[in-house]
Amino acid sequence: MSDTNAQSTAFVREAMLPAKPAPVTQVGAVRWLRENLFAGPVNSALTLIGMFLVYTLVTHFYPWFRHSVWNANSMAECRAAVTASFGDGATGACWAMIRERWHQFIFGFYPPELYWRPIAVFVLLFVALAPILFTQLPRVMLGFSVIYPLVAIWLLWGGSIWPVTMVAVGFGLGWLAMRRLSAYSSILAIVAAVLVPVLFWLFAVGPLDDLLTSVLPIGIEPVASDRFGGFLLAITIGVGGIVMSLPLGIILALGRQSDMFLIKTFSVVFIEFIRGVPLITLLFVASLLLNYFLPPGTNFDIILRVMILVTMFAAAYIAEVIRGGLAALPRGQYEAADALGLDYWKAQRLIILPQALKISIPGIVSTFIGMFKDTTLVTFVGLFDPLKGIPDFIRADFNWKGIYWEPFIFVGAIFFILNFSMSRYSMYLERKLKRDHR
Amino acid sequence: MTSASDAPEPGFRLSQLIYDTRYRSLTIQVVTFILVMAGIAWLIDNTIQNLNQLGKDFNFSFLTNRAGYDIGQQLIPYTNDNTHARAMLVGLLNTLWVSALGCATATVIGIFVGVLRLSKNWLVARLMTIYVETFRNIPVLLWILVSLALLTELTPSPNEYRINPATGEAGVTMWLFDSIAPTNRYTAVPSVEFTHGLGAINTAFAPISLNYLLIVMALIGSFWANRRLLAHAHQVQDATGVRPTTWWKSLLILLGPVVVVALALGFKLNEPELKGFNFVGGTNVSNAFVALWLGLSLYTGAFIAEIVRAGILAVSKGQTEAAFALGLRPNRTMSLVVLPQALRVIVPPLISQFLNLTKNSSLAIAVGYMDLRGTLGGITLNQTGRELEAILLMMLIYLMISLTISGVMNVYNNTVKLKER
Repeated sequence: MSDTNAQSTAFVREAMLPAKPAPVTQVGAVRWLRENLFAGPVNSALTLIGMFLVYTLVTHFYPWFRHSVWNANSMAECRAAVTASFGDGATGACWAMIRERWHQFIFGFYPPELYWRPIAVFVLLFVALAPILFTQLPRVMLGFSVIYPLVAIWLLWGGSIWPVTMVAVGFGLGWLAMRRLSAYSSILAIVAAVLVPVLFWLFAVGPLDDLLTSVLPIGIEPVASDRFGGFLLAITIGVGGIVMSLPLGIILALGRQSDMFLIKTFSVVFIEFIRGVPLITLLFVASLLLNYFLPPGTNFDIILRVMILVTMFAAAYIAEVIRGGLAALPRGQYEAADALGLDYWKAQRLIILPQALKISIPGIVSTFIGMFKDTTLVTFVGLFDPLKGIPDFIRADFNWKGIYWEPFIFVGAIFFILNFSMSRYSMYLERKLKRDHR
Repeated sequence: MTSASDAPEPGFRLSQLIYDTRYRSLTIQVVTFILVMAGIAWLIDNTIQNLNQLGKDFNFSFLTNRAGYDIGQQLIPYTNDNTHARAMLVGLLNTLWVSALGCATATVIGIFVGVLRLSKNWLVARLMTIYVETFRNIPVLLWILVSLALLTELTPSPNEYRINPATGEAGVTMWLFDSIAPTNRYTAVPSVEFTHGLGAINTAFAPISLNYLLIVMALIGSFWANRRLLAHAHQVQDATGVRPTTWWKSLLILLGPVVVVALALGFKLNEPELKGFNFVGGTNVSNAFVALWLGLSLYTGAFIAEIVRAGILAVSKGQTEAAFALGLRPNRTMSLVVLPQALRVIVPPLISQFLNLTKNSSLAIAVGYMDLRGTLGGITLNQTGRELEAILLMMLIYLMISLTISGVMNVYNNTVKLKER
């Protein structure tokens, strides 16, 4: 058989044929379209529906954007300008409102001549965050991160510098007492670390504050809490809540993982209670009930009250996130810590928590995003949040009556930019910190 | 035999309470317990003092007083002569109703979007990504407010549906064969009526409609019969290797009895009609409800979409390939191999989304929908001035709802989760 085949081969081409161009359906844009938009009937139908959707949205909203008015002093002027330029019946966005009122969206009713203070606090926030986020930076900067909360409080609310200093001194004294006593007994050191600052704040602060204020009245102009609003309020509550809730959340998470029955029970009850009720009821507790629970005559700032409840709320969620991190650690890490003879706190501090917290960072960031979004709910206890409080206030002005979409779009866009960038950052962190434990 | 004698048992020393790990946990627990109890006692003591100072007491008897306010949407009969407790119940049912509808819609949206986001279609995948990212990163309050603004600003007033006698044309036409009319105050939808209905059993809680009871019973019966049919098909398949065709029998069993029962009862849709200034005949669903439902569903739907996407991606490709290698068809692969494994990943976060939606339904306050917070935590609280009792009760009820949902869903989760051996 094979010879017949060989003999019948009369002609063998020796030169290659020139390559033919690929069919037009297999190259370039056409191929991309076929593969990505029209790969089969269902796919084509989906594409057409999608195109129709985009077309509808664009034709509905584009004219409105195109007719934007930036220079006007009232809604009526806006409408007149749109009618003058684009004829009767044309509608247009009235961004002039944003141009005139942007400062209220950002700062609420904070005195305009003091805007530098919130701006400084915001910029310093990143200075304080930098050494935590980037380990390459000099460790000295961590010192600033530690005192940043007090600096921020002083700059935002103003007033005399001494009360804030006293708080710092209290913490300092507690730390000092702990350092001095830890050589003798760790229990004594912990008790002293708690008792010394508390006693200091209870008994020494009043006279000391009076004395220092009379001798050296250093201070900046105070700003009352009801002047706070807009994104200043949202960011203050959000960042304050998350910073205060982190330590509480860690303690709750450790408590929930603990072998001690009572500690575990208390932690579980607290976490499940807080997670089981809506934030709005907790805010009502802050505005209506907190005065019942505190000694008669106590009446303090509404922002502080809201922040306490928001902290408790965030702590419960953060505890669950960190518990996830603790559970994700392989058993061997715990056993290795025990084998090295470390006691509970040393093991937690040196081995367990650094790893567990690292795993939980993305979760903590998403908790923060959730909380930042939830800060808009403070509008229901009478604070001026950027989403409802401030726009309602602006609409109450006769000039801007009936302006609906522009504030929604403006505030929504800011929320989107902030939250989207934070979530992208946490995804980046997740990739960067990923270590396979298996 | 050498008898190893134990070290002499030392007497218990007090310092062991601190330094001996056997006893230290006991000490810590006792100290914590005392501190927590002291804290609680302090709070209670403060509360009692504050209440005394205000001349108030702590009791829930206000719940039996006449409420005196109206509630727009009521699932059980209610008039303003009923008690605050009844008003609270109406509000609670409204909360549950909007949450249940919201969860269902959000799940449908979530599955749809989550699957489409994985689609190979470039345009659709991008659109779905935009949807998910936009809704996830902007507060739900904005979506609820935007929904309400859309409904009130962009829909016509009921009057615009009026047919102009001169031209014979209406200003705007209703949707879906003249059955649904969105207006700037409410959405008019058809209502259901049974012309030869069986009436209802009146209980103190709510009248139980015998018509719906019958339909539900017929449905349960059909489901049971359908299961028997499928089990029988399995048996035949096991014995002979050939699976009898069941789809048309299933369809008949599932739909037949319900349709027959409904027809026997004289099922009829009453379409809304414009009479005077308003629509009558159908049901007018308030815009507050629709806005809340829409806002919650769209927002939570975006989160569920991500959960569904993650769940599907979590099933490794090898599973699908192995199923194909065994000769399973694509739809059998999906239902027998991919879905059971994906569900395991999807269900736990889905539960927490349902919980979130239920808790977020308390944002009804933004649109004025009378849910539990609107009745008990709103008007009742303001009328009676019993903020302590009202808010504590409200928190307790929300807690109960949350615990119940997570309990029920955990039971389900246990049935689908990986059985480890």
